[in-house]
Amino acid sequence: MTTLVVRGARILGGDAADLTIVDGIIVGVGSASPAADATVIDADGLLALPGLVDLHTHLREPGFEQSETVATGVRAAAAGGYAAVFAMANTRPVADTVAVVEQVAELGRRAGLAHVQPIGAVTVGLAGERLADLGMMARSAANVRVFSDDGHCVHDAQLMRRALEYVAPFDGVIAQHAQEPTLTVGAQMHESPLAGELGLGGWPSVAESSIVARDVLLAEATGARLHVCHVSTAETVDVLRWAKARGIRVTAEVTPHHLILTEEEVRGYDARFKVNPPLRAAGDVDALRAALADGTIDVVATDHAPHPVEAKQAAWADAAMGMVGLETALAVVQESMVETGLLDWAGVARVMASTPARIGRLDGFGGALEVGAAAHVALVDPAGRTPIGTEHLHGRSTNSPFLGRSLPGRVVHTIYQGRQTVSDGVVA
Amino acid sequence: MRHLLTAALTRDEAIELLDIAEDMDQIHERDQKKLPALRGRTVVNLFFEDSTRTRSSFEIAGKWLSADVINVSGKGSSVSKGEDLRDTVTTISAMGVDGIVMRHGASGAPNVVASWIPQIVVNAGDGTHEHPTQALLDAFALRRRIHGDASRGKGLDGVRVAIAGDVLHSRVARSNALLLPALGAEVTIVGPPSMLPPGIGTWQAAHTTDFDEVVDSRPDALMMLRVQLERQTGTFVPSAGEYIGGWSLTPERFARLGGETLVMHPGPMNRGLEISSVAADAAASLVLEQVRAGVSVRMAVLYRLLAGRTDS
Repeated sequence: MTTLVVRGARILGGDAADLTIVDGIIVGVGSASPAADATVIDADGLLALPGLVDLHTHLREPGFEQSETVATGVRAAAAGGYAAVFAMANTRPVADTVAVVEQVAELGRRAGLAHVQPIGAVTVGLAGERLADLGMMARSAANVRVFSDDGHCVHDAQLMRRALEYVAPFDGVIAQHAQEPTLTVGAQMHESPLAGELGLGGWPSVAESSIVARDVLLAEATGARLHVCHVSTAETVDVLRWAKARGIRVTAEVTPHHLILTEEEVRGYDARFKVNPPLRAAGDVDALRAALADGTIDVVATDHAPHPVEAKQAAWADAAMGMVGLETALAVVQESMVETGLLDWAGVARVMASTPARIGRLDGFGGALEVGAAAHVALVDPAGRTPIGTEHLHGRSTNSPFLGRSLPGRVVHTIYQGRQTVSDGVVA
Repeated sequence: MRHLLTAALTRDEAIELLDIAEDMDQIHERDQKKLPALRGRTVVNLFFEDSTRTRSSFEIAGKWLSADVINVSGKGSSVSKGEDLRDTVTTISAMGVDGIVMRHGASGAPNVVASWIPQIVVNAGDGTHEHPTQALLDAFALRRRIHGDASRGKGLDGVRVAIAGDVLHSRVARSNALLLPALGAEVTIVGPPSMLPPGIGTWQAAHTTDFDEVVDSRPDALMMLRVQLERQTGTFVPSAGEYIGGWSLTPERFARLGGETLVMHPGPMNRGLEISSVAADAAASLVLEQVRAGVSVRMAVLYRLLAGRTDS
């Protein structure tokens, strides 16, 4: 029997309490008098949040191990306060079979620093032509419930409809990368006056919102669950608001970077800021924050997308798209949502832990820190600001848009299955 | 000014360059076309896209200033892939050259290159972004035709310039739309609606899709842009016939200009498409003066950025 006592943490930013954890389960919340052999974490002044859950992570393994592996990716996750990550399917081979999703899950178990929940591809090879083995992946040991061709839009309407119909009986969800491909040929950044000025091909907002409009109607027609990945535009927020008011089973995520960065970052052609969907206008950022605050957007998901240095040190058009985000997500949410008064810490726990776990049907994660719950905890010091450097990044890649920028707060300790995966900022 | 990446210059910076170009321009009248200003300096023309006129123009400009000029082509060699850009430029940089003149198919490529190496970088055209020396030579040719030998120190105040055609894909248009208003010109952008960039309303220029209206307003200068219809027919405009019908400087439209409007084109021209031969070869055509101005302006740019520098 191992006992861990967290002393004096403010639960969800509320009253301070001691958490007593035995064999991975919370057995006491309140005042503890720990046994002599218990490990004690002094959490005086720290916030306790449920261990975070990321619905959208690229771990790159198998196939792209020069960018990230499951083992390095979960180090980044732990450092960011995460207890579970959903691993996107765009690996090589693509996670479109039982073999690949079970391999990814097994790699996660071996790494042991956070739960790795595989996402299955919607279509074979992400090619958008034939459905992958959705049912077999759902029934496999990996227990897949989220399916996504992320990186590619399932743009064939009939295929999207069939996918929604097919996953409905086992309560699966299709997570759509909403990007109408014919509207984004040659797209390099948000379509805007700045794109005209910089001479970069535009990625118009309507290429996202038109797909979301179609898909919420397909979700309504099929009665199935739709999840919209990385919402980036004000128009999409309007569509989601309409769909939710109508009772359509749709959920949506926003990335940390879309909550705080705008297209203005593209001005210097620094490819660290190249991402898909692109950074948008200030008005979009405002709309996304408001939507996250009022529940129109359900969760924050990182879209952690590691790339090696070479893929970013290039001319803009030749550079890879994507940013790492696991280590900085909570800090960005603190700055953009908490310090602006849009969310309290209970709200943060909702959008970064409980709701993502519920959308992904991942039991045992993201719930309240109460007696009987699995002990996944993030202990956070919200005070102070830290300039972000590569020493804050624990994955294999350093393509963070926040390097050199100061962000608030700090994940001090992370507890996963009752064990400390991060201790005073140091990953185990 | 450390590099020349953009035509977004102040009026004073632009006039300074144009005035140096006036001095340089006199070399055309000499038998012995060699100034010692950049003796011992090495300039590399690094062109990742095909170019005849711009590359030759920079080469002549460098040579007339006594610089050693090396041409490196990115096309078809090991440097044609984007991933190799950094290796290519740092390799050339390490050879101890003084300046790099570069053309690249990706917008912003010279901006990132300038952040990687200590040498001066001159943008000779990047993607669909900018072509600052083209805008400078256009301004120079225009100023010379209007003010003649009294050009020095002057801008283009009140000069009405229309830029016509595929503005969306044109780095020439972008650079001119930045430089000409800074010099006091009144710019109008005209083209098919699908070929006007997003945010055209925020430019320091009027804009319209009605080319006939622009022709009938008889601007002081009409700059026709090269259109690459083989890439754009069917998506940006329905057909060559539609383009010619709406936006070509046909003999009929040229006649309506009345003979006073200066006709400009950055070349190479698609005769019979965006411009008719009648217009291109008329007395009002500035096309060959633009080419000559290219050498003078590029001499001025290299001189301004490289002469007297000891820190590279």
